[in-house]
Amino acid sequence: MSISSLEARELNLYYGNFHALKNVTVRIAEHAITSIIGPSGCGKSTLLRVFNRMNDLIATVRVTGQVLMHGRDIYSRQLDTASLRKRVGMVFQRPNPFPLSIFENVAYGPKIHALVEKHELAELVANSLKKTGLWEQLKDKLNDSALSLPPEQQQRLCISRLLATEPEVLLMDEPCSALDPIATAKIEELMLELKDKYTIVIVTHNMQQAARISDFTAFMLLGELLEFDSTSAIFTNPQHPKTQDYVTGRFG
Amino acid sequence: MNRPKTMTRSRFAEGAVEWLIRASAFSAIVGLFLIFIFIGKEALPILTSPDVRKEANISKLFLPQDQAHPYSWQPVSEIPKYSILPLFVGTLKMTLVAVLFAIPLALGAALFTSEFSPGWLKEFIKPIIELLAGIPSVVLGFFALMVMASYVQELFGIVYRLNAINAGIALGLAVIPIVYTVADDALTSVPKSYREASMAMGASPWQTAWRVVFPAALPGILAACVLGFGRAIGETMIVLMASGNAAIMSWNLAKPARSLSATIAAELGEVVVGSAHYHVLFFIGISLFIFTFVLNMFAHWFVARLQKKVLGTI
Repeated sequence: MSISSLEARELNLYYGNFHALKNVTVRIAEHAITSIIGPSGCGKSTLLRVFNRMNDLIATVRVTGQVLMHGRDIYSRQLDTASLRKRVGMVFQRPNPFPLSIFENVAYGPKIHALVEKHELAELVANSLKKTGLWEQLKDKLNDSALSLPPEQQQRLCISRLLATEPEVLLMDEPCSALDPIATAKIEELMLELKDKYTIVIVTHNMQQAARISDFTAFMLLGELLEFDSTSAIFTNPQHPKTQDYVTGRFG
Repeated sequence: MNRPKTMTRSRFAEGAVEWLIRASAFSAIVGLFLIFIFIGKEALPILTSPDVRKEANISKLFLPQDQAHPYSWQPVSEIPKYSILPLFVGTLKMTLVAVLFAIPLALGAALFTSEFSPGWLKEFIKPIIELLAGIPSVVLGFFALMVMASYVQELFGIVYRLNAINAGIALGLAVIPIVYTVADDALTSVPKSYREASMAMGASPWQTAWRVVFPAALPGILAACVLGFGRAIGETMIVLMASGNAAIMSWNLAKPARSLSATIAAELGEVVVGSAHYHVLFFIGISLFIFTFVLNMFAHWFVARLQKKVLGTI
């Protein structure tokens, strides 16, 4: 297995009394796509949200165990969530660009983290849009509302918005589930391009998608990480019978 | 065989109800139209009747008259003077104070309850602010006249006990709940996904509120401000009681002021019907009517435009 910069060790997470993640240990490979699959309610989105501490926004959450990024515990008190979330970006199920202009959407991260001088902002925005292939289409309408774009471009814009703060990790929570098949294919293509530079973790309901794009696959069931291996191993030679049942479509 | 009969009966009831609610929808428009016609009719002699025009016409109402007292509102003196500019100035300066006092407070409160306060605290604050809207304006005016005026006078070191600042602040108390309620609704209805996206980028709750939620709610917030402005400009009882009612042509906020609405309220009861004074008061009424109407139309247009811009249909 390749180098890992992000890992969870014996992670347990509770929503109030509900034990949502049970003793999860996982090492996310750097510059690769790792997909997390499993039936609804298995905790895959919860696990994803552990890596940027978005679960903190829910008052009743309690976490035990360790989540390490470059060997440092991201749940330690010294670490502030703002700098963590700058390094670990998140793409959501529904494209959620801000109701601002296209330019302001991409400029948002650099502005709140005060990353660049004002005169460098335009260049940074342009570069971020180029990385997702939006620049050519949008360069003449940067002042239009981001909400006027079609869903696929909105999702690309959300990714550009993240890239503007130069994160290391991209967390994607079913990023294509609100998109049609053609748009999905384009976003997948983009993900494959991005994995050279970024570590990508994707939660997906779509097993074909996991098989198509990911290098590693984690299978979760009822809060447990049942199996974690290379994608080809999970799909062709699963060790756990439940994994076998799930990837062959016997339940899910 | 009962079926068709009940069908027709329910269809008849349906039709009656529909007609009834349609009538009630149009009744407001009819009412508005009739008010406009009536006030307009009584104001018209200022423009048409030679007798009235001798005493009061547009140029006497708006242009400076003699050297010593270019703008005077003295409708019952021996030679009546009907300059309504001091009344406009009075209205505007009190409205200005009210709006400057109320809007920041109301928007701050709305931001707090929609973005920062825990649920139980919002459930506590919101009804209390809205209760303020239920206080009759005569009570607010009484409070401003008897209690607040002394403190305001001392605080700002003003010569006159009743002045535009005092009336403006009291007016602001009436404006706050309106602006607050509408703004809070606008902020609360901003989709959660925007907040999530912003927080996930590492923004603080304040950055999220100020840079994402506030702009997203801007159309609603502006509508709230316009409603508040409209309330302030038309409010009568508070300014009648708390402003000192001196019709002076001065933008000085520390001096007393007389508003258009208070003038109508104070004088219409004693005016000789059909006199020039009578028609001038109606002219003031129609001016207020047109002013708020135009303001509302403009605001409506502007908010719609802004909404389109936010939602990206422009």
